[in-house]
Amino acid sequence: MSISVLAVDDSRTMRDMLRLALVSEGFDVHLAEDGVDGLETLKGISPDVIITDINMPNLDGFGFIDGVRNGNNPHSTPILVLTTESAPELKQRARDAGATGWIVKPFDKDKLVAAIRRVAA
Amino acid sequence: MSPQSDASPHRLEFVMDPMEEIRETFFIECEELLEAMEAGLLAMSEGDDDGETVNAVFRAVHSIKGGAGAFGLDELVRFAHTFETTLDEVRAERLNATEEVLSVLLRAGDVLSDLVAASRDGANIDSDAISALIGELHEIAGSTGDDDASNGDADDEEFESFTPMSLDFGLDDSVGDDGSTSNAFDISFKPHKALYERGNDTTLLLRALSDIGTVTSTCNAEALPSFSDFDPEEVYLTWTVCIETEQSETEISEIFEFVEGDCDLAIETVENNSNILSAFESDSDDQESETIAPASAELEDIAAVDGNDDTDATNTEDVSNSIETPNQAPKEETPAEKKTSVKKASPKDQQGGAKATVRVDLERVDRLINLVGELVINQAMLSELAVDAGMAQNSSLATGFEEFKQLTREIQESVMAIRAQPVKSLFQRMSRIVREASSATNKSVILETDGESTEVDKTVIERLADPLTHMIRNAVDHGLETPEKRIEAGKDERGTVRLSAAHRSGRVMIEIADDGAGINRERVKQIAIDKNLISPDADLSNSEIDNLLFMPGFSTAKEVSDLSGRGVGMDVVKRAIQALGGRINISSTPGKGSTFSISLPLTLAVLDGMVVNVADQTLVVPLNSIVETLKPHDSDIHVVCDDATTVLIRGTFVPVIDVGFQLGYREPLEQFNDTVMILVETEEGAKTALLVDAIQDQRQVVIKGLEENYGHVPGIAAATILGDGRIALILDADAIVSSLPSVSPDDIQMQMAG
Repeated sequence: MSISVLAVDDSRTMRDMLRLALVSEGFDVHLAEDGVDGLETLKGISPDVIITDINMPNLDGFGFIDGVRNGNNPHSTPILVLTTESAPELKQRARDAGATGWIVKPFDKDKLVAAIRRVAA
Repeated sequence: MSPQSDASPHRLEFVMDPMEEIRETFFIECEELLEAMEAGLLAMSEGDDDGETVNAVFRAVHSIKGGAGAFGLDELVRFAHTFETTLDEVRAERLNATEEVLSVLLRAGDVLSDLVAASRDGANIDSDAISALIGELHEIAGSTGDDDASNGDADDEEFESFTPMSLDFGLDDSVGDDGSTSNAFDISFKPHKALYERGNDTTLLLRALSDIGTVTSTCNAEALPSFSDFDPEEVYLTWTVCIETEQSETEISEIFEFVEGDCDLAIETVENNSNILSAFESDSDDQESETIAPASAELEDIAAVDGNDDTDATNTEDVSNSIETPNQAPKEETPAEKKTSVKKASPKDQQGGAKATVRVDLERVDRLINLVGELVINQAMLSELAVDAGMAQNSSLATGFEEFKQLTREIQESVMAIRAQPVKSLFQRMSRIVREASSATNKSVILETDGESTEVDKTVIERLADPLTHMIRNAVDHGLETPEKRIEAGKDERGTVRLSAAHRSGRVMIEIADDGAGINRERVKQIAIDKNLISPDADLSNSEIDNLLFMPGFSTAKEVSDLSGRGVGMDVVKRAIQALGGRINISSTPGKGSTFSISLPLTLAVLDGMVVNVADQTLVVPLNSIVETLKPHDSDIHVVCDDATTVLIRGTFVPVIDVGFQLGYREPLEQFNDTVMILVETEEGAKTALLVDAIQDQRQVVIKGLEENYGHVPGIAAATILGDGRIALILDADAIVSSLPSVSPDDIQMQMAG
């Protein structure tokens, strides 16, 4: 069974890059454009790992994580936050929102994959 | 980089280097983001203080920065970062979006879009302008929030200083071991409940540890309560792990990176306890682990800036330990190599795309449009053949052909819609032109736009950019008065330029209006006389004088400035508009301003036309210029002013043009029995009757350009192929009408009255 990943990012470039990196690793990739779309997508799938951007329209990453943790999905689905900011406060905030870990943009493919493997059961 | 790159050099989409493709996506996305940014900034400068607007602008810049980072566009990242930091100040309401601040932000937006363009085309960048704006951005941001400015600096440092930090990695490793690369660490680990709540898992952490070394782990279950007291969501277990690894402590901390703060963690180097980094107690509270967190997090970030730097670090390490560790570098690199070589376009690639947008090469769309055009012709031909072959009017075959025709038309419209784009992007570009023109002329100008969602063919939009730019510059430079003069005239000190688009009866109308002084007709006329463009005694209507501006060679030299010259190039503007099948017109009211109206066809590929016969030739008259058709009585025809023929239509005399004569097919007709008149209206609203022999049909025709092969033919706009395979010329009604000797309806009225 390949690891299934839901990646949520409002930037098409970023979604393409995530898809390229993840598909080449044999992951099953689902994409969503923002938090609302992400939650909507989650109604149909149960990914092993969720990757989300923070700055997004409609529903930002924090809101999305909150929706996942308090929604119908198992609250233990690992969520990795994609962030350009490396400030510790931001990581703390992501963690407070319930994120499992984070990936700093621009991401290095191997690190991304390693991070996913590290949190995916 | 990927196996695709050594495939065929043809840049077909499916063999394209995926990264190259994403890079293209990035720049397309950048265009959209820049538009969104500009729209947001403009909304803000119009007083929109909705937090979401600032947010959207911030997000746009942020996304550009994110993508730029992925492609190593450092210059772009750096600028976007500074820009974003300042925007963040506005977003956090620490900085008020005053006019001054917005002016800096708007200019920063302009520079950002220049930078994007330069990065895309590999062009040179005016680094002085960038540094200047970075300075300004810092200045406005810094005056309110020093904290964040310094934050920004810290971030900047990251980009600059990762190399020396990477060197530290190497040094770190070599400390305390004499050539041996194997280290041993004791790890004590007590997860908190929060660790599991956030989706982390001890098992996975232990697994990750065992991936980098030999692990002996002991689980301490002493705290486990009796079964009755057991809370399934509580955490009772602690672990002690001993790991022997070739990796440094950094790699180990990295594994625990996500759980810092959610556990008690202590990592101790077994051989060297004096190592400061690892000197913390097993019962260290959160506070203490937090002090480590930023440090290790930063290391991680630095390493993450560019994957290659990891390799660099390893290589450096390799050199410093150059004796017995030749294996280490390859070990680091092999997995990466293996992973990249696996990259291939798997079918899953397509599956992943959740959204229903597709990027298509414009060439493919154009090919489709062309083919559909042929289909339309072919359909018409088939119908005609069927009728000729005796197809009964009400037969099911005829119904089938009718449906076929409908379908063809729908296909054609759908295909055309692919090329249609809202004029919004074009309008937004104009706001920049206004800004630049306004600062070059020291006039304060407001640009109002309307109808931005009006859709027009992509080519039309592209080819409108230049003429529109010119006209907008003109409007600011010459249309609007200086602030002093405006105040004198009792107007608002700030001038307004209004740009609007709308669909009107199958065409697109674009208007550029200013509220300036209007055209100085006396001077325009004088200049035209001086330049021998008109005779000194010419009696011109106001609209005719205004239209002198479009005459080639007309230039109001007195007004020429470095920015633009009213009249200079207006003939070029007119030609550009005409080349798009459009028309341009001026109206002006002294003291109130001038309006340039452009009327354009929705598409360049087809038009609805009336097929007519003239002197045994088949011609097509564009339907959108036709008001009505009529069969005149001889008694309605009046010849005035020697040769000018007019026809009386509902009490009004309308000039008549004998198309057959005008195009040189025959001598002028002497009598008008058995002819048909097509009443056309020009953009100026003047009506003219075109005399033709008969009307055949009304249908959609595919436009085939003539200019490429025959140059410009006066009175003819293009050609088309009819259903029966005959070629028909498409009339340029406006050109035919304007070729009429200057007799205005007013003159005729006068003559008739007198």
